[in-house]
Amino acid sequence: MYSRAYKAGVTIPPLLWVTVFLLVPYAMLFCYSFWSVSPAQTIVHNWNLQNYLQLARNPIYLQVLFRSMRVAASVTVIALLLGYPLAYYLSFHAAKRKDLLYQLVIIPLWASYLVRGYAWKTILGSDGVLNGFLQYLHITHKPVEFFLYSPFAVIITLTHIYTPFTLLPIYASLEHIPRNLVEASRDLGSSPWSTFRRVILPLSLPGVLAGATFAFVLTLGDFLAPLLVGGPSGIMISNVVVSLFGAAYNWPLGAAISFCMMLLVVTMLFITERLEKRLAIS
Amino acid sequence: MTKTSPDAAAVGTAATPAAAGAPILSIRQAIKRFGRRPVLRGISLDVASGEFLTILGESGSGKTTLLRLIAGFEDLDSGEIWMGAERLDRIPAHRRQVNTVFQSYAIFPHLSVFENVAYGLRAKNTAKPEIPERVTKALAMVKMGDFAQAAPAKLSGGQQQRVALARALVNRPRVLLLDEPLSALDANLRRQMQVELKSLQREVGITFIFVTHDQEEAMALSDRVALLRAGLLEQVAPPREIYGEPATAYAAQFIGQTNLLRAEVCNGIASAGSIVWRTFGASGTATYSLRPECIRLANETGAAAFADADVSIVRFRGRIRNQSFGGAMDLIEIDCGDARVIRARIAKPGVLTGERGFEFVVNDAVRVREEEPD
Repeated sequence: MYSRAYKAGVTIPPLLWVTVFLLVPYAMLFCYSFWSVSPAQTIVHNWNLQNYLQLARNPIYLQVLFRSMRVAASVTVIALLLGYPLAYYLSFHAAKRKDLLYQLVIIPLWASYLVRGYAWKTILGSDGVLNGFLQYLHITHKPVEFFLYSPFAVIITLTHIYTPFTLLPIYASLEHIPRNLVEASRDLGSSPWSTFRRVILPLSLPGVLAGATFAFVLTLGDFLAPLLVGGPSGIMISNVVVSLFGAAYNWPLGAAISFCMMLLVVTMLFITERLEKRLAIS
Repeated sequence: MTKTSPDAAAVGTAATPAAAGAPILSIRQAIKRFGRRPVLRGISLDVASGEFLTILGESGSGKTTLLRLIAGFEDLDSGEIWMGAERLDRIPAHRRQVNTVFQSYAIFPHLSVFENVAYGLRAKNTAKPEIPERVTKALAMVKMGDFAQAAPAKLSGGQQQRVALARALVNRPRVLLLDEPLSALDANLRRQMQVELKSLQREVGITFIFVTHDQEEAMALSDRVALLRAGLLEQVAPPREIYGEPATAYAAQFIGQTNLLRAEVCNGIASAGSIVWRTFGASGTATYSLRPECIRLANETGAAAFADADVSIVRFRGRIRNQSFGGAMDLIEIDCGDARVIRARIAKPGVLTGERGFEFVVNDAVRVREEEPD
């Protein structure tokens, strides 16, 4: 048995941390969302629902939210399409190259987000690598503008950044599949493809779900990629929050959006958690 | 046939006559390496239709590898495997008419017991209406009829084992491969499953190739035992034969207990220290295997008078070093001098002390080859 002092010693610091840096700010955010801004640009503590009503009434917020969700969904789908095959290859066929390939997946995670964002700027821009290449091949004759400063650029950048986050849980779930199940399936007359469909895919679904959740939630809350490569048409919901807390100086409205977003994400996490539990068979 | 170790080939051909009729499975000069390490070094083995053949060997002898080669999970480096007129080793695993019962059962965790058993039938596009009937029958055969809708996670090891058996047998394979299927079960359940497995095999008439490291299990179940040692077949014979006439010292020691008598043979007389007997074997040093239960107490009175009269009885004297009660038989250690200790199993010997006379029938001392694998 551990002493009380020991138990207190290991539990209190993280509890304190979570309380001070997470729960208290959330509570403050929650309070802010019911306050308002006076014409004199000060925050008045008169409790009301104006901010939430404004979100419901003004279509611009919902539009940006839907766009963000579309971007998040696109990133999720592309990250899954890229991540699953690579994870599958890594887990089942890479053999000696496994460690190297795994490192190649991990290493980009060490590079700064900003560096990777700027990298896409130089690739997609009017004088960028991609346009230069296309013109060199005479496929296009003048720079294609929509590569950069568009939802397209945001999707590409975020896919690049979040694919490893999608791949890793899928890889982990594939690694957990006992190999003799694959052999049993072959033994019972299933072709490799049918073995994949009937054994490997169903058993890796918890990983797929976890990976998809990562990509979707992280993309939905992202504000740097739209800032760097999104342009006006690539604005996402977090950019709105940033500007409300910044230049627009409307903290209460920003807090209301943040709180709605948090509710959305927590609900999603709750649902996927339940689903994962149902899919995972020990 | 490719040329490899000549004595492996000899063992293989020697085994063939025991397998009655045309073999259902024929392994010819199978060689398999993992990297540089040779695992199978030229295995030739014929398996008769309907036979219960056990591949017996220590861990690392290559027995599981041999099974995996037949199943199609490994590829041969050289050699051939034939099933009737079909070259089996060229066919991918999922097209072989062979099914495996895995050591750890390998039950699909995401499918019900019913769907596990139906898996192979669905994979082979069996007519839909036929499936429930065959699955039900297979589950009934292994006494798991009541568990059809259960989730595998809820089953005990023994029950999973039965499901694995039903899942394999439902496909009516030509050969069923069993990779130490009972090793994870506790002793009682294990004995019960051995009996059931044997009667099941008789009932379905399918050829069983059973891998185990347990020699008792091998003897209890098999029509023939193939003893594998470091990638080579040591002896292939029915259990009684392999026990009664072990070809090698290794076989004699691995299957049952034995005394190995290192003897000098000269002019038809073999002498191992004070123990001397007549033999027709060639002169030189030789090793004989003498089972402990072949030794009995000699009649003390007038022993010397009869000694020369009956040359088929070998008598020797020794000091009782240890006697331990073993139920039906006592285990007695006899010190014959020159650091030779002979172990005997004797029924109801009473309490023995000091020096005593013992005897055995000369034919029970079986001359065995003694060689180390290179």
